[in-house]
Amino acid sequence: MLTATGLSCIRGERRLFSGIGLAVAPGEWLHLQGENGAGKTSLLRILVGLTPAAEGEVRWKGESIGALGEEFRREMVYLGHHAAVKEDLTALENLQISAALDGSDLAERGALAALFRMGLKGREELPVRVLSQGQKRRVLLARLLARKAALWVLDEPFTALDVKAVQMLSGLIGEHVAAGGMAVLTSHQSMPIAGGRVLQL
Amino acid sequence: MLAIIRRDLLIAARRKSEVLTALFFFVIVTSLFPLGIGPEPTLLKKIAPGVLWVAALLATMLGLTRMFAPDHADGTLEQMALAPTPFGLLVAGKVVAHWLVSGLPLVLLAPVLGIQFDLDAGALGILVVALLLGTPLLSLVGAIGAALTLGVRGGGVLLSLLVLPLYVPALIFGAGAVEAHISGLGAGGHLSLLAALLALAVFFAPWATTAALRIALE
Repeated sequence: MLTATGLSCIRGERRLFSGIGLAVAPGEWLHLQGENGAGKTSLLRILVGLTPAAEGEVRWKGESIGALGEEFRREMVYLGHHAAVKEDLTALENLQISAALDGSDLAERGALAALFRMGLKGREELPVRVLSQGQKRRVLLARLLARKAALWVLDEPFTALDVKAVQMLSGLIGEHVAAGGMAVLTSHQSMPIAGGRVLQL
Repeated sequence: MLAIIRRDLLIAARRKSEVLTALFFFVIVTSLFPLGIGPEPTLLKKIAPGVLWVAALLATMLGLTRMFAPDHADGTLEQMALAPTPFGLLVAGKVVAHWLVSGLPLVLLAPVLGIQFDLDAGALGILVVALLLGTPLLSLVGAIGAALTLGVRGGGVLLSLLVLPLYVPALIFGAGAVEAHISGLGAGGHLSLLAALLALAVFFAPWATTAALRIALE
C-alpha cells in the first residue's frame, strides 16, 4: 500500500502544490488530474523517489521509501514520458536489457510474448530508430508485461497510442488492478477502469 | 552491472563512427609531431611520452560528453536510477564500458605509435603499463565531470575546463614513468603513484558520479 502525507513541491520560486495526501491500497488505482503545469509529473517523480519532496513523506507498506530503497524499487515500475528505449538496439534487445538492469533474467520467449501482445509482431528485430512514436511507446509498455511489479506509476501512458492500443492498455491496467495490483497514473482522458479514484491537483 | 557493460558495448558496435573518431584523432595527433618536428631521434625520444599522453588525454575527453548525455536525453538513465540494482553499480558499469571502448584501444595502439618516436622495447613496455594504469583513471575522473555537467547548456566546454586540470596528476606520473625509464632512473616510483591514484579513484569516483547524477535527475 502506497501512502503519502503532506507532500509539497517547490520548483524554483514557485510552489506547485502543498499538503497533498493520498493512499492507494491493493486493488485500487489513482487517476491524477490537473491542468498543464499543475505538477502532475512532479508528484509522480516524488512518489517514485526520483525527486525529494520539499515537505511531507511517501510511505510504502508503512515504511518510508527512502529507507526501503531497493526493496521499494523492486516492487514498483515507473514509466515516464520519455521513450526510455535505446534507438540503436532492437525492440527485443531493449526489453531484455531493461529486464537485466532490473535484476531479472528475461528469456527470449517471454520477451517475444510481451512484444507480440503489444502488437509488435514482425517488428521485434528492427532497431527502435525506425519505429514510429506509438510503436516506441509500445516497446516501453511491454515492460509492464515482462516485469512483475505491484505498483505501476505511469505518466501519460496513452500519449501517441492509437485507439486499439489505448483500449488494450486500459484493459491491461484493469487486469492488473483486479489482480490486486496498484496503479497511479496521469491522463487527460477518462478511463473506464473499476476501482479508480480521482485526485485533482 | 554486466548487463549495462554489454548494452553499452552493443551500442558502441552499432555506432562505430564515434569510437573510431577518437581513435583516429589519437593516431593523427601523435603522427603529426614527428612530421612537424623532423627526423631527429634524440628530440623525438624526449617529447614522445608527453605527446602520447596528451593525445591520449584529449582522445578520452572526446568520448566523455557522450558518457551519460544520451541516456539522460532518452530517459534510460532515469530508469537505471529506479532499477532495483544499486545505481552506483550501474554507473561503475558504464565507466568500465567507456574504458573498454575509448581507453583500451589507446593502450593497444600506443606501442605502435611509439615506434615513430624511436622508443626502444623497454620504453614501449613502460608506456603500455603506464597507459593501462592511467586510462581507467581518466575514465573514472572524467565520469565525475560528465555527471556534473549533465544537462548544463554548453556542457562540453565546461567539461573540459573541469576535467583537464584533474587529469594533470595522471599526465605527470604517466609521462614521467616513461621519461624516468629512458633516463635510466627506473619507472617504479611513478607507476606506483599512478596505481595509487587509480585505487583511490576506483573507490571514490563511482560514488561521486552517482551523487552528481542523482542531483542531475531531480
